[in-house]
Amino acid sequence: MTRTEITLSVNGCQHTLALDPRVTLLDALREVIGLTGAKKGCDRGECGTCTVLVDGRRVYACLTLAVMHDGATVTTVEGLADGTDLHPLQQAFISRDALQCGFCTPGQILSAIGLLAEGRATSEQEIREFMSGNLCRCGAYPNIVAAIRDVAGAQ
Amino acid sequence: MAPLEYLRPSDEGAAIALAEADGRACLLAGGTDVVGLLKDGVLAPSRLVDINALPIAGVEIRDGGLSIGALTRLSDVADHPAVRGRFPALAHAVLAAASPQLRNMATVGGSLLQRTRCGYFRDPVTPCNKRAPGTGCSAIDGEHRLHAILGGSDRCIAVHPSDPAVALLALDAVVRTRGSRKERAIPVDDLYLLPGSTPERETLLEHGELIVAVELPATSFAARSCYLKVRERASFEFALVSAAVALDVRGGVIRTARVALGGVAPRPWRARAAEAVLRGSRMTEATIAAAASAAVRDARPREQNAFKVELVRRVLTRVLATAGAGG
Ligand SMILES: Cc1cc2nc3c(=O)[nH]c(=O)nc-3n(C[C@H](O)[C@H](O)[C@H](O)COP(=O)(O)OP(=O)(O)OC[C@H]3O[C@@H](n4cnc5c(N)ncnc54)[C@H](O)[C@@H]3O)c2cc1C
Ligand code: FES
Ligand code: FES
Repeated sequence: MTRTEITLSVNGCQHTLALDPRVTLLDALREVIGLTGAKKGCDRGECGTCTVLVDGRRVYACLTLAVMHDGATVTTVEGLADGTDLHPLQQAFISRDALQCGFCTPGQILSAIGLLAEGRATSEQEIREFMSGNLCRCGAYPNIVAAIRDVAGAQ
Repeated sequence: MAPLEYLRPSDEGAAIALAEADGRACLLAGGTDVVGLLKDGVLAPSRLVDINALPIAGVEIRDGGLSIGALTRLSDVADHPAVRGRFPALAHAVLAAASPQLRNMATVGGSLLQRTRCGYFRDPVTPCNKRAPGTGCSAIDGEHRLHAILGGSDRCIAVHPSDPAVALLALDAVVRTRGSRKERAIPVDDLYLLPGSTPERETLLEHGELIVAVELPATSFAARSCYLKVRERASFEFALVSAAVALDVRGGVIRTARVALGGVAPRPWRARAAEAVLRGSRMTEATIAAAASAAVRDARPREQNAFKVELVRRVLTRVLATAGAGG
């Protein structure tokens, strides 16, 4: 098996990995590096639970190969809190009770961080449209939108 | 997924040579279609040629039009002020495609060349003439609610899924390509083939031929263009039916019209009969109704997808009224 060596900076830690090129970024994070915050829902780009930031932009880790990201900076939900200080979106999700089972939550939060950086959280309608890449089977949408609005309003 | 070789060349010549040298090589851009097809076992390349290190990303203003590098991500196309201001149908179509995460990954070149979402094509164990020529089309006598009403054949009725391609067609876009022996400029209107008896052949491109850029010419009709997509969810879903229209209206008379449809044919579909009705007419309700009917005059719906005929009429009625508003 030919392996390709890459370096990834994940949540501030450098990782050098020798990977089979077929390994997705999601499997590299979960199975090789051991960060299971990004979830595997559909593994086909349809649900958003695997959302992470690559060089600051939100993407689906399940639909991209790890070897395509040599030298990239990746942020997962494990990298958001500063010690015991939660990221404002993590706190807002708790305050607004924006989850039930919590499976979609890491993806929702990473996606919302991407959304805020894109400047597309100016109304409820816009938040709903630009969060459409993250499904929530528990239907926590109203509280997810409220949590994002709280943080967008505070910025 | 079968084992494969991964290569990441940094110049165009090397990428083309690596792809041409291996008949089972596959170019990899955003990967959002390729990776899914690999997982499903629909694609089994021996070599992936990752083109992301090539310097072909970004939007440039050129000769009054735009040149969009093939690797430009869809989100960057939609955000570009010149796209939003001068080619609104493209901005609308891009924002109607997929989800924000996918648009951050997917490229313009990949969007044009993405494969059909036909469930039989994507399931490697069912017969499908497009995936395994000669095995038969499972959709014709199976589930075909989402399939083609125009341009299909008795071998294949799968639809092309791209939203951006429909807008690019209406805007007279041209695809610039490069192979080892030649460079070509192919109008999007000429890029796609109809399935006929060879549904496995989808475009004019040769194996290994690289799309370098998609060019939008300055036209009299691009500024008054728009895109409307109807789908089964409010967002993040492929089109049931979509339409891009572009109009040049002067003194109340339509001088030039472009009408393109998505979700209804094996390729982005140019509705020339509708354009002919519009040309030289005033934008009245009667003109709109005649154009909308002309677009589906040759439709050949099947049992489960007859609803698309009426849906095309209604989508065109709405989008023509929107584009025509304001004289
Ligand atoms: C869940 C989901 C929902 C989606 N919804 C929509 C939707 O609503 N509307 C829509 O339009 N699309 C939708 N898509 C499809 C998505 O837009 C495409 O997968 C994407 O545009 C493909 O671009 P890419 O850069 O990722 O291509 P890749 O997957 O990298 O490549 C696709 C094909 O293009 C070829 N290719 C890529 N670039 C070049 C080039 N420069 N030269 C030559 N060949 C090239 C590749 O070899 C491959 O054959 C959806 C996808 C998913 C997974
Ligand atoms: S696991 Fe990636 S989108 Fe569902
Ligand atoms: S909280 Fe259960 S899926 Fe969203």
